[in-house]
Amino acid sequence: MTTKKQDDNQAGITQEGRFYSAERLHAMHDMMLYIRRFEEKAGQMYGLKKIGGFCHLCNGQEAVCVGMEEATEPTDYMMTSYRDHGHILARGTDGVAVMAELLGREGGVVGGKGGSMHMFDKSKNFAGGNGIVGEQVPIGTGFAFASKYRDDKRVSITIMGDGGVNQGAVYESFNMAALWKLPVVFVIENNQYAMGTSLSRASAETHLYKRGISFKVPGIQVDGMDVLEVERKMTEALEHARSGQGPIIVEMMTYRYRGHSMSDPATYRTRDEVDEWRSGRDPIVRLQKQMVEAGLATESEFKQKDKDIKKEIVAVAKAAEAQPEPELSKLWDDILTDEIPNAYPYPRQVG
Amino acid sequence: MSKITYREALNQAMCQEMERDDRVFLMGEEVAEYNGAYKVSQGMLDKFGPRRVIDTPITELGFAGLGVGAAMAGLRPVIEFMTWNFAILAADQIVNAAAKMKYMTGGQYDCPMVFRGAGGAAARVSSQHSQAFENWYANIPGLKVVMPSNPADAKGLLAASIRDNDTVIFIENEINYGDIGEVPEGEYIIPLGKADIKRVGKDITLIAHSRMTGYALLAAEELAKQGIDAEVVDPRTIRPLDEATILASVAKTNRAVVIEEGWRFAGIGAEISARIMEKAFDDLDAPVARVTGKDVPMPYAANLENYALPSVAEIVEAARVVCNRA
Ligand SMILES: Cc1ncc(C[n+]2csc(CCOP(=O)(O)OP(=O)(O)O)c2C)c(N)n1
Ligand SMILES: [Mg+2]
Repeated sequence: MTTKKQDDNQAGITQEGRFYSAERLHAMHDMMLYIRRFEEKAGQMYGLKKIGGFCHLCNGQEAVCVGMEEATEPTDYMMTSYRDHGHILARGTDGVAVMAELLGREGGVVGGKGGSMHMFDKSKNFAGGNGIVGEQVPIGTGFAFASKYRDDKRVSITIMGDGGVNQGAVYESFNMAALWKLPVVFVIENNQYAMGTSLSRASAETHLYKRGISFKVPGIQVDGMDVLEVERKMTEALEHARSGQGPIIVEMMTYRYRGHSMSDPATYRTRDEVDEWRSGRDPIVRLQKQMVEAGLATESEFKQKDKDIKKEIVAVAKAAEAQPEPELSKLWDDILTDEIPNAYPYPRQVG
Repeated sequence: MSKITYREALNQAMCQEMERDDRVFLMGEEVAEYNGAYKVSQGMLDKFGPRRVIDTPITELGFAGLGVGAAMAGLRPVIEFMTWNFAILAADQIVNAAAKMKYMTGGQYDCPMVFRGAGGAAARVSSQHSQAFENWYANIPGLKVVMPSNPADAKGLLAASIRDNDTVIFIENEINYGDIGEVPEGEYIIPLGKADIKRVGKDITLIAHSRMTGYALLAAEELAKQGIDAEVVDPRTIRPLDEATILASVAKTNRAVVIEEGWRFAGIGAEISARIMEKAFDDLDAPVARVTGKDVPMPYAANLENYALPSVAEIVEAARVVCNRA
């Protein structure tokens, strides 16, 4: 684990007894802002019909992506649902490859075969990118099983939504993970809605961190709009799992600013509610304020930074768009098919 | 008659049946307050209230099973899956419970209910959200499988499915939801198990269901330009299959192509062409051809997706081969 020790002369912020250097704070800030601008660009490209299908943005949830990543080791496993752009970017995957995937291009993270919902990067131990709600939860438990089996101290960070948490397999996973003391941190991104269904309309127990009680899986609730709190609590949770104490649930209280996907006008929420989170609790603004107050940065520096990042994102989109679509022969790669000779008008050339 | 969309037609069928039978209720994800993920249940919560139009948590296995129990207890559930991709989670309740309840209980219990939702490929939604599963369910004794290809059929077949005393797998098509067509007003029922001849022709029979019926009709137009007069048969109900209509058409044309969006191996086309071979062998002037989706998961990239799906051009090509005109 990267231990960040306090150096008396070093500039930074101490929160709840934990020190964050200016350099580290800037890195967290920049990544959150990068994700925000990346998602905005993705939204734009969707509007221009350059991205198709379902596209779920994570605007508002950046502190969860970045704070978690700050706490993990690169060797830890991570997997999530279809709302995956922010997580894979925070893990360090190249923005061009992510954007190219969104555009269905050859250089996409999975060669253009997956699109928005299926981001995978094995080199970063990022295992998706799963389109079926709850699907990644038993899978994440399996990664933890492999870790325990090999005793290599890797933790599986298995992320789900407040809607996904209602799938039966989630509880089967909680039980197995607790029974066998598997090193898994079950992260619940509680953004208050599953599509148009608010938490209280879908869950009898709305304190989701308590969902593990009958399986003896402890749970904690975290302000997911505060990147430092996310980092801190996630570090504790990872320690719990890594030290052999078994699984733990981390409920991240957060909010998605946009609709569920690009086709959702999100009329089920009031303007006031969205504003309350957006202007009152925004994770990027919050960190900026903290840093300005601590004398680590100025507002004009942040303005410049934003300009730079926006420029970078424009370049990312350009580079991705310049790529060709995958070659047609790729249709038949990476899949077991027992070829049926002459099955199609022109076998294996298709059409 | 009025011109309405496929989704409105489905809505009319459900409203019609809920008005005449209090045992019928609609349950699924986002069906009530959101008016349906694809707006099929628009206005139904207002009309029937939360007792009968019920939003669920995301818990397919649970609410499918709840539907089975409610049906066994005498209600007539309509269980909506947002798409059939998600129904895989509920397959145990559909296959192990609903399909065999009557048989396993010596006729004491039955499951008169409808599982419905969007099936097949939508646009650019990739491998886990673009799949045709009608052959899975059609393989199970005890299940009826119904797939409308136009708004009028959507209304008449869904109403019939809700009245049916067996468990019906009703597979809609997301891309067809916005299609507009003439639909009879008022009560409208199309008996299950009856195919429909969507175009009369004499040279070749194109057999296609759901979205592929539209493709077959387009292919027939193209073939007409080339001097081939195609007949298009839409089974509408995959199981029980209206073999008689298919065989009668083949007896007339002596040639057939079966088209489906799903994968080729053990698909619907395999069943239909086997039946033609078994029962109309002497009528055939050429082997039956199949046009299917390619045997790969659906890729996201626009060009790959395009190639993975069956196309009108492939249907035309297959028909020309079968007619010895390639
Ligand atoms: C098994 C399954 N059922 C339904 C869906 C359709 N669906 C996609 S996302 C979603 C809502 C999930 O909400 P939540 O878990 O809170 O995650 P969020 O979108 O808020 O990140 C639903 C119902 C699906 N993809 N998979
Ligand atoms: Mg949610």
